[in-house]
Amino acid sequence: MKNEDLIAKLKTIVQPYVQDEDAFNNLSEETTFVGDLKINSANLVDIILDVEDEFDIRIENEEMEQMLSVKAAMAIVNSKIAS
Amino acid sequence: MTRVVITGMGVVAPNGVGLEAFTKAIKLGTSGIAYHDNLKAANFSCCIGGIPQVSEEKKLEYLTPLQLRGFNSSGILYGCMAGMDAWKDAGLEIDAESDLDYDSGCVFGTGTSGVDKFREAIYKVDAGEVKRMGSTVVLQTMASGISAYLGGILGLGNQVTTNSSACTTGTEAILMGFERIKNGQAKRMLVGSCSDDGPYIWGGFDAMRVMTYKHNDSPQEGSRPMSASASGFVPGSGAGAMVLESLESALERGATIYAEVLGGQVNSGGQRNGGTLTAPNAEAVQRCITNAIKDSKIEASAIDTINGHLTATSKDSLEIENWTKALGRKGANFPYINSLKSMVGHCLAAAGSIESVAAVLQLKEQFVFPNINCHDVHPEILELIADEKIPKQMLNKTLNIAAKASFGFGDVNACIIFKTYN
Repeated sequence: MKNEDLIAKLKTIVQPYVQDEDAFNNLSEETTFVGDLKINSANLVDIILDVEDEFDIRIENEEMEQMLSVKAAMAIVNSKIAS
Repeated sequence: MTRVVITGMGVVAPNGVGLEAFTKAIKLGTSGIAYHDNLKAANFSCCIGGIPQVSEEKKLEYLTPLQLRGFNSSGILYGCMAGMDAWKDAGLEIDAESDLDYDSGCVFGTGTSGVDKFREAIYKVDAGEVKRMGSTVVLQTMASGISAYLGGILGLGNQVTTNSSACTTGTEAILMGFERIKNGQAKRMLVGSCSDDGPYIWGGFDAMRVMTYKHNDSPQEGSRPMSASASGFVPGSGAGAMVLESLESALERGATIYAEVLGGQVNSGGQRNGGTLTAPNAEAVQRCITNAIKDSKIEASAIDTINGHLTATSKDSLEIENWTKALGRKGANFPYINSLKSMVGHCLAAAGSIESVAAVLQLKEQFVFPNINCHDVHPEILELIADEKIPKQMLNKTLNIAAKASFGFGDVNACIIFKTYN
């Protein structure tokens, strides 16, 4: 999947949880979920569920712990889709 | 001593959502009871119940799309609506960025929280999908879910808690907030209670055969407190809420004052002397009422109207007998008495708060709401009090003092005395 397509899909997924609209509008690979987008950390598990459903993958606890930024999320999703 | 007044109210009831609709409904004697296919499908004996009508659009006036994601707790929804309405009605702001208010707290009760969400969660656990339950199962199913939601929405910094005492819950919550203000521990307390609806919360009562099965074809006639043809209660749901405030704080803010809370009493019959898990100890009920009157520093003769517990089971006559003994008043000397349950059913944990809102509206607007489905008053009741004291049509009356009592499983009692503010 192209990076921009993947980012677009991730944006759609995280949008409902975002508390900082400016950061969301300027979202890049470097953007972090809790620090930049001000997403409530409790909602990270909901984002994981939505990512699992969207890409038909399963994400393990260790992977989830690392999924703190757009870049990390992309890496994990890419590795799962490829396998 | 600190006087405590009511400066705001909110209600989500089967016969009216919002204070205005509810006031109109109780004046007219409008029933909120309907037939429900899902109860029939689950083989309930009683297929009727009271459920507040809340559209998806309406929900968004109270909760954000994010809060509503995976949300499946009717009680918390009703509680948030009633609580937020009461807060606004008191002239207070709801602002997610507001400063933390250490002078304001919340006691908001419930029986079981988020029973539908709990069912979802149990299915997930049993399927080995714990990881896929999402982040809000705990918040929606913990007993204190409702006070947690309200505490955050309003930015409350005083005590924020949930009480639970079966069908006395709502009345008890009001008294808990009242005590806290009276003791100088808070200036303002949002108090109330809420209850879920549907087969999973009502099923246990149907199993006990305490709900009527005789009115599946005539739902609006099903709830018949004090009637000779009463045949069990009709389940209901919803939420009621009040903002209690020290008189000083209310006057400072120039707030509208609905009524004053004079005092009250909470006790238990200890499941002794005739009391059981499900039946009241009559002596304790009478003591609760008597002590509420004492606590309020009034005479029993000063009570103008009673809003009873009166569920439409065989216990109604006993409740009337308890009132006559506790007040030392009977026949034509008895106060007016009514039961909101004739219109909304038994709203369980929400009953005490919704009914208290109705009782206070009566004082504010000087009327006694009608008992519907009570044209055949039970003969045992007529031996105790005069028929005219059980209004079948709305009465416009000068009222000064209203008593409200609730009784619950576990043999627990609560009685509260409201007075017109002047």
